[in-house]
Amino acid sequence: MAKIKFILNNEMRTVDVEPNETLLDVLRDKMGVKSPKCGCDRGDCGACAVMIDGKSVRSCLVFAIEVNGQEVTTLEGISQPKLTKLQEAFIQFNSFQCGYCAPGVIISATELLNNNPHPDLEEIKEALSGNLCRCTGYQPIFEAIMDVSRKRKK
Amino acid sequence: MKTMNSKSTAWRNDAYAKVTGIAKYTDDLKMLNCLHAVPVYSDYVSAKIISIETDKAMKQPGVVKVVTYKDVPGNLQFGQIIKDYSIFAHDRIRTCGDVIAVIVAISRQQAIDAIPFVKLVAEELPAVLDAEEALKEGSPLVHESHGSNIANYHCVRTGDIAKGEKEADIIIEQEFTTSRIEHAYMEPESALCWQRPDGVMEVFGSMQHPFSTRRFVASTLGKPLSDVEVKTVPMGGGFGGKDDTAAIVCARTALCSMMTKRPVKMTYSREWSMRESYKRHPYKIQYRMGLKNDGKITFVKVRMVADGGAYCSVTPWVTWRSTVQCCGPYEVPNVHCDVYGVYTNNIYCGAMRGFGSPQVNFAIEQLIEMAAEKLGLDEIEMRRRNMVHQGSITVTGQKLDMHTVSLEQVLDIVVKESDYLNKKQKCSFGKSENDQLYGIGLAISYRGMSLGAEGTDFNSAIINVQPDGSILLETGVHENGQGSESAMILLCAEHLSVSKDRIRYRQPSTSNIPDGGTTVASRGTLLGGGAVVNAAKQLREHIARVIAPDLKCKAEDVIFENEILYDKDKKHKISFNEAIRLMYSRQEYPYSFGVFQAPQVSWDEHTGQGNAYFTWVYACQAVELKVNAKTEQITLLNMIAAHDVGKAVNPELLKGQFYGGMAMGAGYGILEKCDVKNGKVVPTNLHQYRILRSTDLPEMTAIIVENYDPVSPSGAKGIGEPTNEIMAPAIANAVYHATGKRYPDQPVKIIVERRDTEAQSHGEKK
Repeated sequence: MAKIKFILNNEMRTVDVEPNETLLDVLRDKMGVKSPKCGCDRGDCGACAVMIDGKSVRSCLVFAIEVNGQEVTTLEGISQPKLTKLQEAFIQFNSFQCGYCAPGVIISATELLNNNPHPDLEEIKEALSGNLCRCTGYQPIFEAIMDVSRKRKK
Repeated sequence: MKTMNSKSTAWRNDAYAKVTGIAKYTDDLKMLNCLHAVPVYSDYVSAKIISIETDKAMKQPGVVKVVTYKDVPGNLQFGQIIKDYSIFAHDRIRTCGDVIAVIVAISRQQAIDAIPFVKLVAEELPAVLDAEEALKEGSPLVHESHGSNIANYHCVRTGDIAKGEKEADIIIEQEFTTSRIEHAYMEPESALCWQRPDGVMEVFGSMQHPFSTRRFVASTLGKPLSDVEVKTVPMGGGFGGKDDTAAIVCARTALCSMMTKRPVKMTYSREWSMRESYKRHPYKIQYRMGLKNDGKITFVKVRMVADGGAYCSVTPWVTWRSTVQCCGPYEVPNVHCDVYGVYTNNIYCGAMRGFGSPQVNFAIEQLIEMAAEKLGLDEIEMRRRNMVHQGSITVTGQKLDMHTVSLEQVLDIVVKESDYLNKKQKCSFGKSENDQLYGIGLAISYRGMSLGAEGTDFNSAIINVQPDGSILLETGVHENGQGSESAMILLCAEHLSVSKDRIRYRQPSTSNIPDGGTTVASRGTLLGGGAVVNAAKQLREHIARVIAPDLKCKAEDVIFENEILYDKDKKHKISFNEAIRLMYSRQEYPYSFGVFQAPQVSWDEHTGQGNAYFTWVYACQAVELKVNAKTEQITLLNMIAAHDVGKAVNPELLKGQFYGGMAMGAGYGILEKCDVKNGKVVPTNLHQYRILRSTDLPEMTAIIVENYDPVSPSGAKGIGEPTNEIMAPAIANAVYHATGKRYPDQPVKIIVERRDTEAQSHGEKK
């Protein structure tokens, strides 16, 4: 067991972890952060995506011990203090149904818009290619991202 | 992107929770002192069990209990139709997903670590792994007590097949196959159970049918239904797949909780889910169709064999829909149809979005085009000459006159919007300057709505107005992610003439509302919505009776409008809140219980005749695609769908069903196949079972067609499944128009003859 210290959603946290515990398990089971979901536990579905220092990663593929001293942001963190434009657009465009993939999809889309304020459709598709969604056919997700991009000043 | 939606105004009641990640799915819930359970499988596919040894597993760190069949106080056997599924394997292993034990431990990891210590002593038995083999005399019986491997048989006998043969100018014969596919809901199964101090077993779970879950749990525990309360929480997708398996996971978890007297959670890994959960049935379909030179179909003879795997589940109902819709949406005077649901030792099959129609549509919508080509007719005209119209008689003898038969309307819309006729001229038919072959294709369908003659079909709704005018609403419909709660709220608001903001959808519980059946068969909005409309009507009448004197009019003259009640001349008015206050002050509860009972349907099992469904929906979908002759890749260019839904209750969410259904149907068309090798499910996770990704999907267009259905109290019909039943044949047709080659096996896998490609495809065109 090792003690690690990292910023989780703008808050300094410490937690004891086993060297082989994944970040996903530690977030969900030890830190009460439930938005990252386990869909495959091997990096295929993207439902567990979180950001480490602003870069999206699949938290099921990262050992918790690796995030010591880093900054981890989950969907809970993104939602504070209020919904982002992207989240508002997700609601407006019905970009989710069962909602299980939504935390991971929003993380990936947030990262995309942070790096590329005006992505084209191909760039959006590419950025989301690691996030599986079985409900929406992805189109309403593309529409929400395009809408945010459109409303941003060039 | 120009046609993409840029002015959407979707509304759903769970939107905020889902975009902020605070929505709590089953595995997100936590209870104090909770234990964790995991399933144990065997390496066998077919075997006689001699003993299941658990002593060593019991001694592993953290293990609290190892549960086997010996621990079941109630019924060991389950099944919605035939009780052939053992909640824990006891005498036989019949398939790779059979669970021999469940280990309960302090932590999930400890339970997983103990799995190898459960020892099964068994004697391998011959397995039957092919449905046609299973039908043969002398084949090993999957269930000896059943007496044969035929789980069920359905037929249709219409007209005189010999007469049809005689009248035919041409005859076309073709065999089609479809594959087993996985639902691939994003959330694997999960259950959390605890025995409440009042003796009630409380169940939270990822399931599509709280009431069948309650039945399964009560039956396992040997308790009355009233001692089990199933509460529903957000569910990460179902698509028909979270009925039997999900309920069984809940039942095992409840048993663990009862035995350990502690809360128990069992969350499946993707590997366990893929291994144990039932799939969509693979079919073999053999058609023989006769036509006159003018294109009119004179007869259809069809035999279908569905591999139901080791357990019956809902195979008789799935194959029944295939039977009723065995000729697609066409008028056929002479029909001879035989459909078999067959036991094998493969993973079992059950409900999946479409429910017996995607298989048939994949075949018939290609066959009709093959026939058209043989006759030198245009495939659209061919469809027009045979499709059902207003007043048509279906192949089971049902007259379609209770609602608007809009098949030609949806076809016309898609043909026009996709510019089908012009684009058809541009199709490559295997010839191209470069390696890119272009094709457009479409398919049409009709679909009987709700359960039809499969079973009892009714639903209820409770509207409970609180003293401050806020409203609690509950129905017997389950939120699978489709937005059913939102649709119910909107219907309630509309029919009470109040703002939707007043309405809170109550967390459903099986102890509060009567069993409304399962939320499947695209029946949520139709049945649940019907109940809401009827409940709202009763409530309006009740309020009007009590308030009429205040409005100085007769009860029947009270008008509800925009949160205000008026007399018919609008001389007097009273706000909804004030009306409710007056109700309570006069000791009258503004509470109503509404029911919608599906109209009578009928079925004669011997002749396959009857009014199978009380209403039908009509659909057309088209797709443009490119086939790369070198890489054998199919690239989808765009997809379009028109569906008659009766009435659109929540248009943006409705379109969401169109997109999701088209996407899933496209996956069925070009990609999805859940292989089984030696009886074992080959894909273990989502890297081996691929579903379409964002980069695979093209732009989609959704066209809502509304022909108010007089049989439905809300006018609405349904949409979940119709969207997912015809994209695959549309793709197969488009691939034919691109390559000049027919692919009768789903999924369509392009195989280019390496040598002499040009000559080959040219030869096949004629």
